[in-house]
Amino acid sequence: MADIAAPRSMSLSGGQRSSLHKLMQRKSTIAFLMALPLILLILILVAYPAGYAIYLSMLNKSMTRFVGFGNFEFLFKRSTFWDVVFQSCLFAITAVIFKAIIGFAVAHFVHNIPSKGQRKWRGMLLVPWVIPPAMSTLAWLWLFDPSYSAFNWIFHQFGFGSISWLGETNWARFSVILVNIWAGAPFFMIMYLAALKSVPDQLYEAASIDGATWWQRIWYVTLPMMRNIIAITALFSTIVTFANFDIVRVLTAGGPLTSTHLFATWAFKIGIESGDIPLGATVSLFMVPILAVGAAFILRDISKRGSET
Amino acid sequence: MVSRKVSRRRLVAGTAALSTFAVAAPFVRGAYAAGSLSVGFWDHWVPNANGATEKLIKEWGEKEKVDVKIDFITSQGNKLLLTTAAEAQAKSGHDILAMNTFLPARYSEQLVPMNDVMDKLIADNGKVNATVEYLGKINGKWLAIPATTGSQIKGPCTRMDLMKKHAGIDIQAMYPAGQAPKADNWTLDTFLKAAEACHKGGNPFGIGLGTTSDNVDSIGAIFHAFGAVLVDAKGEIVIKNDQVRQALDFYKKLMAFLPPDVAAWDDASNNKFLVSGQASMIMNPPSAWAVAKRDAPQVAEQCWTHGFPAGPKGRYAPFLPFFWGTWNFSKNQSAAKSLLLFLSQASSAEKMVEASGGYDLPSFEKLTTFKTWAEAAPPKGTLYHYPNPHNHQILSIAAAPAPHKIAEQIYNQGIQTQMAVRYFKGEALEKTLDWASGELEGFMRN
Repeated sequence: MADIAAPRSMSLSGGQRSSLHKLMQRKSTIAFLMALPLILLILILVAYPAGYAIYLSMLNKSMTRFVGFGNFEFLFKRSTFWDVVFQSCLFAITAVIFKAIIGFAVAHFVHNIPSKGQRKWRGMLLVPWVIPPAMSTLAWLWLFDPSYSAFNWIFHQFGFGSISWLGETNWARFSVILVNIWAGAPFFMIMYLAALKSVPDQLYEAASIDGATWWQRIWYVTLPMMRNIIAITALFSTIVTFANFDIVRVLTAGGPLTSTHLFATWAFKIGIESGDIPLGATVSLFMVPILAVGAAFILRDISKRGSET
Repeated sequence: MVSRKVSRRRLVAGTAALSTFAVAAPFVRGAYAAGSLSVGFWDHWVPNANGATEKLIKEWGEKEKVDVKIDFITSQGNKLLLTTAAEAQAKSGHDILAMNTFLPARYSEQLVPMNDVMDKLIADNGKVNATVEYLGKINGKWLAIPATTGSQIKGPCTRMDLMKKHAGIDIQAMYPAGQAPKADNWTLDTFLKAAEACHKGGNPFGIGLGTTSDNVDSIGAIFHAFGAVLVDAKGEIVIKNDQVRQALDFYKKLMAFLPPDVAAWDDASNNKFLVSGQASMIMNPPSAWAVAKRDAPQVAEQCWTHGFPAGPKGRYAPFLPFFWGTWNFSKNQSAAKSLLLFLSQASSAEKMVEASGGYDLPSFEKLTTFKTWAEAAPPKGTLYHYPNPHNHQILSIAAAPAPHKIAEQIYNQGIQTQMAVRYFKGEALEKTLDWASGELEGFMRN
């Protein structure tokens, strides 16, 4: 495909042109210029902080000496760090799996609603996702409050005892994961719904003629057709869930003990609250290479499938 | 700029006019005394309390011909902490910034020495307590000035009626308004028995064991009362000692009488517990009482703020001072010092205390008997003992006397409360000590 925006006849009609003019007429140049504000924004708000975080993670505690990977070595010897690794994995993997399952199921329900009433259901189901998490989590905090939990009040009405939602390790982990699923499932739902709408009806009709059951239609038609969307959504959500901060910060601040800390909340605790900025930066960077490798594999797979079709 | 219009002679003449400003003369005589000054102060919980500070600063600015820009920065969501960190990194920001507890030590290399100001203030207002000295002075250098606004003692706030009903203790008689305490029997043993009685009576003590400040301050004072030190002043880990074991045993007994969810409490939990009418005691500055006065007057009129129980090694109370510091990159250090001196005068401090309803607490020994505390009501005299007017208790901070960079980590990561919760939940005592010892070793790195 030609990389020139203007038709050849037009480019020649002007006679001799400067090389700058020619350059400015190239599609790629125009695309670059149009994307430049965004590129600059990313450089300032993402690339620079990320580079600075890498630099900080290689300094000693008082930030006076370069220690290379010394902070990473130090972290590997800390039991609390491995607790945080476990908790972050538990949080992210559990939450992403449930968000995907719930999102998939709800997307099917919404897809089967007649188009007349579908819009309002889509709008309502997106509400948890569009409310700022710090705000919605405050409402959850009132529901889980150690002393005045609304859930416990309901349990009491039915004669059951209280649950220490945020005071017991397992319940606290359950609570933060639940809120993350509640807030994140609508994203999966809307992505899956869009994917479902793009599956041609003829495929289902053909499957029905072949006598496929409901499950077989899902397994052999829907899932393969949604494979790329599922992979991208899961990848994106995994990265965001691993980096979650607000839900845990508002609900438990990492407690009880340190049993709900994630990388971000623990990094904040160490780096900002306790004054060890290099170690905090190291904690926050720990997942970057693992997620980057995971992302590279998933994206390569998607790209490969794209070129096959 | 104003500084270019004001001559040094005129400035000195103006400052000499008032005695309070005469105190500041050594600082305002400097070549950079006038000009502009930016101030970042803690945004007070108490409504309208900022007003008194603002008025005082404006008064000083007008007299000194200094254009002062004031920002009240909330500590909600760690905004003030983040501002401090950002200014330290950027080497740019306010000329004066409010810093809590361990922050002056954290930024000791970037703060202007305040010895000249502190010498004058101590001469005028009396000496400061050992905790202020521990937090604000390193190697003979005063890093910052102890601020009146935000500084607080987190002593017990007791529901007199419930304590009398469940435990038979007349706390008002023990701590009478206008008189020295008669609290020799107010010991940790009495405290534990009272906790048990109040728990049985359905109104437990509300003492949190999360990792936020209120929780850590309470356990810190009780550890001190047992003489339980985790890391000594030389930076040696000394956690495996009998005093620490005694303190943990005490907490294990106490936790059985506390609400079951105290491990998840934050700084608001105890306040809510008091205002809801459930608590017979919490450990807090008078903000909880002030909220009760507004939202639950029947609770407020039964509240009495008083001293901590004594342990085997003494009677300790948690003191949490705020500081006002000046960065070494500040462009108007002389004016900053002059303002800080003015704000720390007895008359200024009294106005701040009054505006905060008695919440704010000057750190100087001659400034603990303002009429605000004596007259606060209901009931009258409820705050009389709040500023420790009879030096009845030793003011302390959790994790002291460890070197600051270690103590800060112990404090902010709630190592003591975590130890208590682990031990209470069934972990063997020695295993808890091993865990804590491992954490402390991690705090030693430079």
